Amino acid sequence: MAVIVDRDTRLVVQGLTGREGRFHGLRNRDYGTQVVAGVTPGKGGQDVDGVPVFDTVAEAVDEAGANTSMVFVPARFAADAIYEAVDAGIGTVICIAEGLPAHEMLRIYNYIRPCGITMLGPNCPGALSPGKANVGIIPAEIFREGAVGVVSRSGTLTYQIGHELTQRGLGNSTIVGIGGDPVVGSSFIDVLQRFEADDETELIVFVGEIGGDEEEKAAAFIETDVTKPVIAYIAGFTAPPGKTMGHAGAIISGSSGTAQAKKEALEARGVRVGTTPTEVADLAVEVAGARA
Amino acid sequence: MDLYEYQGKELFRRFGIPASEGRPASTPAEARAAAEELRGPVVVKAQVLSGGRGKAGGIKLADDPADAERKAEEILGLDINGHVVRKLWIEQASDIAKEYYLSLTFDRGAKQVLFMFTTEGGVEIEEVAAEKPEALARLHVDPLEGFQPYQARRLIYGAGVEDESEQKQIAAIVQRLYQCFVETDAMLCEINPLIVTPAGEVRALDSKFTVDDNALYKNPDIAEMRDPEAYPPEERAAREKGVTYVKLDGDVGILGNGAGLVMSTLDVIALVGGRPANFCDLGGGGDAQGVVDALEVITGDPQVRSILFNIFAGITRCDVVAQGILEALSQIAIEQPIVVRFDGTNAEEGRQILAEAAPPNLVVEPTMLDAARRAVELAA
Repeated sequence: MAVIVDRDTRLVVQGLTGREGRFHGLRNRDYGTQVVAGVTPGKGGQDVDGVPVFDTVAEAVDEAGANTSMVFVPARFAADAIYEAVDAGIGTVICIAEGLPAHEMLRIYNYIRPCGITMLGPNCPGALSPGKANVGIIPAEIFREGAVGVVSRSGTLTYQIGHELTQRGLGNSTIVGIGGDPVVGSSFIDVLQRFEADDETELIVFVGEIGGDEEEKAAAFIETDVTKPVIAYIAGFTAPPGKTMGHAGAIISGSSGTAQAKKEALEARGVRVGTTPTEVADLAVEVAGARA
Repeated sequence: MDLYEYQGKELFRRFGIPASEGRPASTPAEARAAAEELRGPVVVKAQVLSGGRGKAGGIKLADDPADAERKAEEILGLDINGHVVRKLWIEQASDIAKEYYLSLTFDRGAKQVLFMFTTEGGVEIEEVAAEKPEALARLHVDPLEGFQPYQARRLIYGAGVEDESEQKQIAAIVQRLYQCFVETDAMLCEINPLIVTPAGEVRALDSKFTVDDNALYKNPDIAEMRDPEAYPPEERAAREKGVTYVKLDGDVGILGNGAGLVMSTLDVIALVGGRPANFCDLGGGGDAQGVVDALEVITGDPQVRSILFNIFAGITRCDVVAQGILEALSQIAIEQPIVVRFDGTNAEEGRQILAEAAPPNLVVEPTMLDAARRAVELAA
């Protein structure tokens, strides 16, 4: 089954005619994702390597049957692009674009949530279900099919952990990057819920970082609602307070949002936390071995 | 981006939130002139992007212009939590009858805007929240619905403000603060204390203001408020070159791609007994010029004794990073030993390029953990 993206994903790339949009859109198609359309206002009627381009997302939905959108437009147009996708009937929006003002994202979140829209990002690497579909910028060749669901705020850290899992013979059901901004479309809990319901996922690796309290909330959710084993990793133990560590959301405010507090919250709920990506992979092997 | 008190107050006034009159000053003579213009007793306030100014001796009352000059002399150059005072705000002294607290923040968990208001102002809000939670009125605003006047009433009655004139003034301030928060794309607007004078006038005596970096393009006048000198020289140089960099106090310089991986690299350095000198994210591109710029910034920190490159390439390509390293070595004299770890896209090609060029003082390690250990050894 996998989560968020799979063989039924019919992708429209908003910004397909741009350099990055084209590169990654076509890469996603080469992987096997059904990339059915691109949208660039004013370029309707053109095509990008055979993928038809429309002026509006509504046309991409009506004429090409798109059900998922990947947003690859510059930050200042991204909010508009997301509203356009949602209003056109797109059910899943994956926003790779970074740099969206937090206030805009706050309004988007409150707008899409009651509509039941699934959104990843902004500022995220996307989602990859190995062997099925890749939407975003995750290098698929690092991962293989398997039973470990990975959810993370970060891209390259996920690759690091995925790589260590692959080296130990463990594959993935889906790798989900929720994004590093203060407000993102899906929380850890949203994705954990899906992994819990997904019959291909047997084990969950959950990669958090400093800032906010999503990890603490996820810890409580895992205790009450997740029956599958979860292994966690938290980045940012050495981060000083008050400094943004690359991701806009990765900031310790006063004494809240520290890696130590998150680790303690997870451990208090019985979740094992690896101290390095290597140890996370070792723990995953241990748990997977015990279940096999 | 954090604003100075006086900048926050300027924005407050722009939205009709009353604040005491004042003037900026950066020398004792300017402080004196400001006090002369303002007349009467003034408060000389250090402008630093840090809390705890009062305790550190950065806020002083002055009776007259000569006194303001003396107090300015005492405060300028003070070190307040690592921030050296270079700017002052000279403000008309206020008589204070009551101290309240009002703030607006981004509630990341609730995905809404959060008002907090209490009549127990003048102290850290965390203290009030911990010791007298019933005194703290909290209220969420739905960003789509926007602010509604009843919300101000909820806060005012919730916190127990009984004086009718105060109620009216605070209701107006609450509404204007919301407008200010949204229109400046703020992440935090805090007025602590919000004072009531003996004459019953309510106004902002301090401001703590953080704006969203991602929204600065919409507010160019606020973007201009950034004071480059408020940051360490390495961070300033990094900003000019567009390098994402945070200075830390260790001796192992770190470069990586992706915020999460770099944070993780810092942690691993600490775990194997070292101390990271910085956070530096090459980002998704990692082209040769980006590597050169980042290396220049990192080696600009005199504490750095070894440098660790930790690259897990997705969009980035290791061969391009390798070329960047060689390019940097040919352009700038780097004395510190460099440890490189490559994985992901074109990792083999990247290692090959480095092996062929074989620059002295550069070693390649196979894993993140090995590379971290080596970099720490070399810094010792």
